[in-house]
Amino acid sequence: MPPPDPIDTARSASSPPPKPLGRWALIAFAVSALAAAFGYVAGPLDPNRLTPKQVVDTLQNNGGLHPGYRRNHAKGVCVIGRFDSNGQAAAYSKAALFAPGATPVVGRFALPGGNPYAPDGGVPIRSFALRFTQADGQQWRTGMNSMPVFPVATPQAFFEQLQAGAPDPATGKPDPAKQKAFFAAHPETAAFRAWAKDRKPSASYATEAYYGLNAFYFVDAGGARHAVRWRVMPDNGAAAAPLSAQDHDVLARELDQRLASGPLRWRLLVTLAAAGDPTDDATRVWPADRKEIDAGTVVIERAQSQDAGECRDINYDPLILPDGIAGSDDPLLPARSAAYADSYRRRTSEQARAGGRPPQETPR
Amino acid sequence: MNRDHEMFSLPARVLHWLMAAMILTMLFVGAGMVATVSDKHTWLLALHKPLGIAILALAVLRLLLRLARKPPPLPADMAPLQRFAALASHWLLYALMFALPLVGWAMLSAGGYPVSLGAGVQLPPIAPFDASVFATLRWLHRALAYLLFATVLMHLGAALYHGLIRRDGVLRSMTWRGRAREVATADSQTRPVVPGD
Repeated sequence: MPPPDPIDTARSASSPPPKPLGRWALIAFAVSALAAAFGYVAGPLDPNRLTPKQVVDTLQNNGGLHPGYRRNHAKGVCVIGRFDSNGQAAAYSKAALFAPGATPVVGRFALPGGNPYAPDGGVPIRSFALRFTQADGQQWRTGMNSMPVFPVATPQAFFEQLQAGAPDPATGKPDPAKQKAFFAAHPETAAFRAWAKDRKPSASYATEAYYGLNAFYFVDAGGARHAVRWRVMPDNGAAAAPLSAQDHDVLARELDQRLASGPLRWRLLVTLAAAGDPTDDATRVWPADRKEIDAGTVVIERAQSQDAGECRDINYDPLILPDGIAGSDDPLLPARSAAYADSYRRRTSEQARAGGRPPQETPR
Repeated sequence: MNRDHEMFSLPARVLHWLMAAMILTMLFVGAGMVATVSDKHTWLLALHKPLGIAILALAVLRLLLRLARKPPPLPADMAPLQRFAALASHWLLYALMFALPLVGWAMLSAGGYPVSLGAGVQLPPIAPFDASVFATLRWLHRALAYLLFATVLMHLGAALYHGLIRRDGVLRSMTWRGRAREVATADSQTRPVVPGD
C-alpha cells in the first residue's frame, strides 16, 4: 500500500499542516486561475475581441440613443399576414411551413439606421423582416434588405464601416473623407456601391424586392443539405416616382392606403447554389442561371404601428430557424444574431423601465 | 471530530462531479456566447439550452437523493460561522441549480423565442410573451449566473481549505478514495497500517 497522501489526510485539525503558506498560495492560485479564465471568456481580459457590445454601441453612437427602439432599423411599421406555400420547396426543406398550406406571419418594414424619426427619403434602402410561426411552435425569422448584396463580408469590416460612418462632432454628419478611405480599403464593397450608385429612395415598401443576403442551408427529409439564398419579389404594381431626401413619414401612410384596398403580395423565390458558389460571402451574388424555386406567396393583410404592434417585441434574429433550415458558414450570420440579441436586451429593458411602451420622445 | 467513516454515497459523488463539470462548462458557455460575434456565438448558444435543461433534470435527481440520504455531518470542531457559511452556500448552490435554468427558460418564453433544444425538439413556453418580463428575467439570469460563479469559487476555495489546511476529511468525503483507506489513515495515529488494508 502506498504511503498516506499528505493532502486531506484525516488528522486532528489542530495539527498545523506542513508548509501552510504554500498551501494557502495553492488555494489562492486555483481560485484566481478559474476567475481569470472566466474573465477571459467573458471578454474583459481579451481586449482584441470584437464583441456584440462594441457593434451595438457604435450603431447607437451613429443613430443617437432612442430608448426603447431598435439600435438599427429603428423606424418601421408592423405588418400581419400569412405565407401561402405551394409545396414546391418541400422537396428541399423538411420545414413544415414549406408543405402546401398557410403559415401565419408577423413582419416589419423598416429603414436602416438607428433614428426612429429619420426622413423616409434619406436613404435608398428598405428592409423587410418576417417571422413565420409553424403549427408546432417552431419559427423561421428572416431579416431581408432591398439590395442584392451586402457591402462587406465580415463582422470586422462591418464594424469598421460603422466607425467610418460615425457623425463628425463638428457637422453632425459622417465625415466623407473617412467613408472614402473605408471604401478604398474595402474593394469587396464594389458590388454594393455599383447597386447603390443610382438608387433612389422608393416611395413604397410594397414595390421593393427584398433579399435574404446571407446563404443558408435547406435540409430535406433525407438529411441532405442544399445551399440556398432567398428573396421576395413584389407583385404589387409598378413603382411610383422616388422620394426626395426630406420626405417624412410617407411610407407607413402609403402602406396603409394600399392595404385599405386589399392585401399585398410577394413571391418567395429560393435560389439553389451550384457546387463552388460561395456561402460565406454576402458581397457576391451567385450566377443568374442557378436553379430557382418559387416556394409560394407572402401575403400582407394589414399594418400596425411599430410602437404597439405585434412586431415590436420580436427580435428578427436570422438564426432562429425551424428544423429544415440551417445557417451557413457566412460569418455575418452569428454576428447579426449576437448583435440583435444585445440590441433586444437594451431596448426591452428601456421599455420595461418606461412602463412597457417605448419612451415617448419629441421627433427632431 | 472528523467524519472519516462517512463518505457521500457513490451516486451523490458521481452526480456532484458530473454536475460540477456541467455547471462550470455552462457558466463559461454563457459568458462566452454573449461576448463574441464569431461563429462561437452560434454553437455555444446551441449548446447552452440543452445543457441547461440537462442540469435542471439532474438537479431534481440530486435534490431527491440529498433528501433521501443525509450527507455526512460537518466536523464537530468547525466554528459556528464556518458551519453557517458551509450550509448556506450549499443551499444557495442548490437554489441556483434550479433557478438558472428555469429563469433562462422563462426568459426565452417571455422574449417570444421558440425554446429549441436542437433537431426540432421544442419545449413549451413557461412565461407569457412580454418584453418587460423578458427584460427583468434577462437581467436576473445574468445576475444569478455571476452569483453562481462567485459561489462556485467560494465552494472551491473552501473545499481546498478543508483538504489542504484543515485536512479534516471533508474534501475526502466527496472524492473517490475508498472508505477503507480513510479509516486506515485515521487509525494510523493509534495503530500501524497493515499491508493489504
